[in-house]
Amino acid sequence: MAKVSPKKTPMREQDPQVRIDNFEEVPFGYSEEEAMIEAARCLQCKKPLCMQGCPVEIDIPGFIMHIAEGRFQEAVVTLKKKNVLPAVCGRVCPQEEQCEKLCVLGKKFEPVAIGRLERFSADWEASRGEAPLPRKKKSTGKRVAVVGSGPAGITVAGDLIQRGHRVTMFEALHEAGGVLVYGIPEFRLPKKIVAREVNHVVRMGVKLVMDRVIGTIETVDELLEQYDAVFLGTGAGLPWFLNIPGENLNHIYSANEYLTRANLMKAYLFPEYDTPIFRGKRVATIGGGNVAMDSARTALRLGAAQSIIIYRRSRQEMPARLEEIHHAEQEGVDFRLLTNPVAFHGDETGFVKEVECLRMELGEPDASGRRRPVPVEGSNFRITVDSVVISIGNSPNPLIPNTTPGLETGKWGNIQIEETTGKTSKKGVFAGGDVATGAATVISAMGAGRRAARAMHEYLVTGRWEPQETS
Amino acid sequence: MNKIAARDMVVPNIHLLTVEAPDMPGKLRAGHFIMVKADEFGERIPLTVADWDEQSGTVTCALMQAGRSTRKLAEMNAGDCVSTFVGPLGKPLQIEKFGTVVCAGGCYGIGSIYPVARAMKAAGNRVITLIEARGRYLVYWEDKLRETSDVLMVSTSDGSTPFRGRNSDRLRVLIEDGEEIHRVIAMGCTFMMADISETTRPAEIPTRVSLNTVMVDGTGMCGACRVEVDGNTRFACVDGPDFDGHAVNWDLLRIRRRAYYHQETISEER
Repeated sequence: MAKVSPKKTPMREQDPQVRIDNFEEVPFGYSEEEAMIEAARCLQCKKPLCMQGCPVEIDIPGFIMHIAEGRFQEAVVTLKKKNVLPAVCGRVCPQEEQCEKLCVLGKKFEPVAIGRLERFSADWEASRGEAPLPRKKKSTGKRVAVVGSGPAGITVAGDLIQRGHRVTMFEALHEAGGVLVYGIPEFRLPKKIVAREVNHVVRMGVKLVMDRVIGTIETVDELLEQYDAVFLGTGAGLPWFLNIPGENLNHIYSANEYLTRANLMKAYLFPEYDTPIFRGKRVATIGGGNVAMDSARTALRLGAAQSIIIYRRSRQEMPARLEEIHHAEQEGVDFRLLTNPVAFHGDETGFVKEVECLRMELGEPDASGRRRPVPVEGSNFRITVDSVVISIGNSPNPLIPNTTPGLETGKWGNIQIEETTGKTSKKGVFAGGDVATGAATVISAMGAGRRAARAMHEYLVTGRWEPQETS
Repeated sequence: MNKIAARDMVVPNIHLLTVEAPDMPGKLRAGHFIMVKADEFGERIPLTVADWDEQSGTVTCALMQAGRSTRKLAEMNAGDCVSTFVGPLGKPLQIEKFGTVVCAGGCYGIGSIYPVARAMKAAGNRVITLIEARGRYLVYWEDKLRETSDVLMVSTSDGSTPFRGRNSDRLRVLIEDGEEIHRVIAMGCTFMMADISETTRPAEIPTRVSLNTVMVDGTGMCGACRVEVDGNTRFACVDGPDFDGHAVNWDLLRIRRRAYYHQETISEER
């Protein structure tokens, strides 16, 4: 066997100094040659551990083998058997926590760049025009409503239409894709890719209805009069704030607002587009997740001279993907770790001008297993800013729970489901993704969608809601 | 995409926009709002509903032309389409028999107070409707409001109507004259709603206001519409827009409404 290269085949990307002035995608992706070189690193394990790390159970060695052999179309077919959104997942999945973490090669060397190869396959297919449509099963005559067109909803819609059900997908906003269009920035996930993936399920026959807020224009109970089953994939759309003094000063944004203005509403093209956004020169983003990285990097692209991340724990505890942290550092985002905001101060007209912070140190591990940050008494200091983005998480949107009798929710307003099936407390209603778990990842939402789709199919065919008795 | 059934400038600078939205009228209640986006490049802006008609399947909003987004809508005509018209959004007003209810409207709120007066009247209340404008030439829907009110009182600051002053002045006179008022609803500019709330505070008359904040999605997702009520942060879009006027932090609301003043100027100068 040829000697395996210890490192991943590098992926070319835009120079940091150039890219901070544009919203174009950062990495360029592999060429066919690069992909084949990288694919050849795969050991084709008999018992592939990588697959255990994939929430949607992609046949990873299978599609990589096809790439290694230059059979790119077959690679795509293999991928799409399990993943309806490979172009998205190849870009935004935390592979280092999933498939690549378990890659055998990773014990000695860098793991196979599974994510990059997934992205390559999807992009290769897209470069050849419209993707062929998978075969649909014979019509069952059953009707399904999918509420929310984010990753969970798209997965459910795609799976159920293939099984022969009639699927209608509702979206509250004016563009489909959920967090993929309002949250994740263009430079990380180009919107034309999302549009292509959404279009794929529409071409498969899913009816997409935009500008429709389920819960108000139509309740879930009313949907159940017209549909045989309902899937709720409405996401984690209610931003958390810190609840500290001064938080409602002007130019203090939730990450949801900041990114929605920039991405969905295209405020980065203001005034060509009408939605404004404040182009801060000194922007502080509070939080350490992917959304915080997205916000801090968006701020740079909107012209910030200084983009600061304020995070109360240390680098080790940051929940963001390594690649995102790395890209943010390359672009000059300034990390202020072990720093916790306690107040915002404004000028006399109500605009934020300073963040008051406390220094923190790490204490004993807390419930999350991460070391708890403990404030250093009297260490207060202030950072001068002209805008702030608060990126500390979201809870599920309350619109549907509030208008759906019989739908049980948990402490955070999250819809309670049976994990393996997505069944809610209400007959015929399934849920999955962030609305059930609280803010998580695209791929975990897709995994939940996949499980729910399986159970929904079962329910649609048998009409049986209660779990089968096992004797 | 929703087709515009009619768009009329009913008085200078105020437009009535009637949009085809067949299944919406049956779901609308007084106090609901709609998010509207004029075209591909447009901003999403909230408009409180002023009327609806189940038979024709249309919804009417009153809007004041005050910036680029409202100007775009004001320049559209019957037959044109708005790219987004989504609703109903927000919590509807509490409608029940309170006794005597004062409905106060000004500016676009003369339109949006109409369904409130209508619903309050239908619930068996004695409805006193107060509307205000700078001059008589800015008053609209007097006939419609008269039909749904026991008493309609028009105030103008230039004295072109018998009562010179503002809604709050008129309300003060009512209170001083011993009119027993059980509830006040105010819709219109921030100044008027704050003013009304201050007027009813000493007598502790329950006062509801419909806050008109900056919004982006209108469904609770972004928090642009943060307001402070009773010292707590609330989202106008999902917790409101209807709030207790005596508990609202009006200074903060005024500050937050100015957040994009500078950008609005740039946008208008295009």
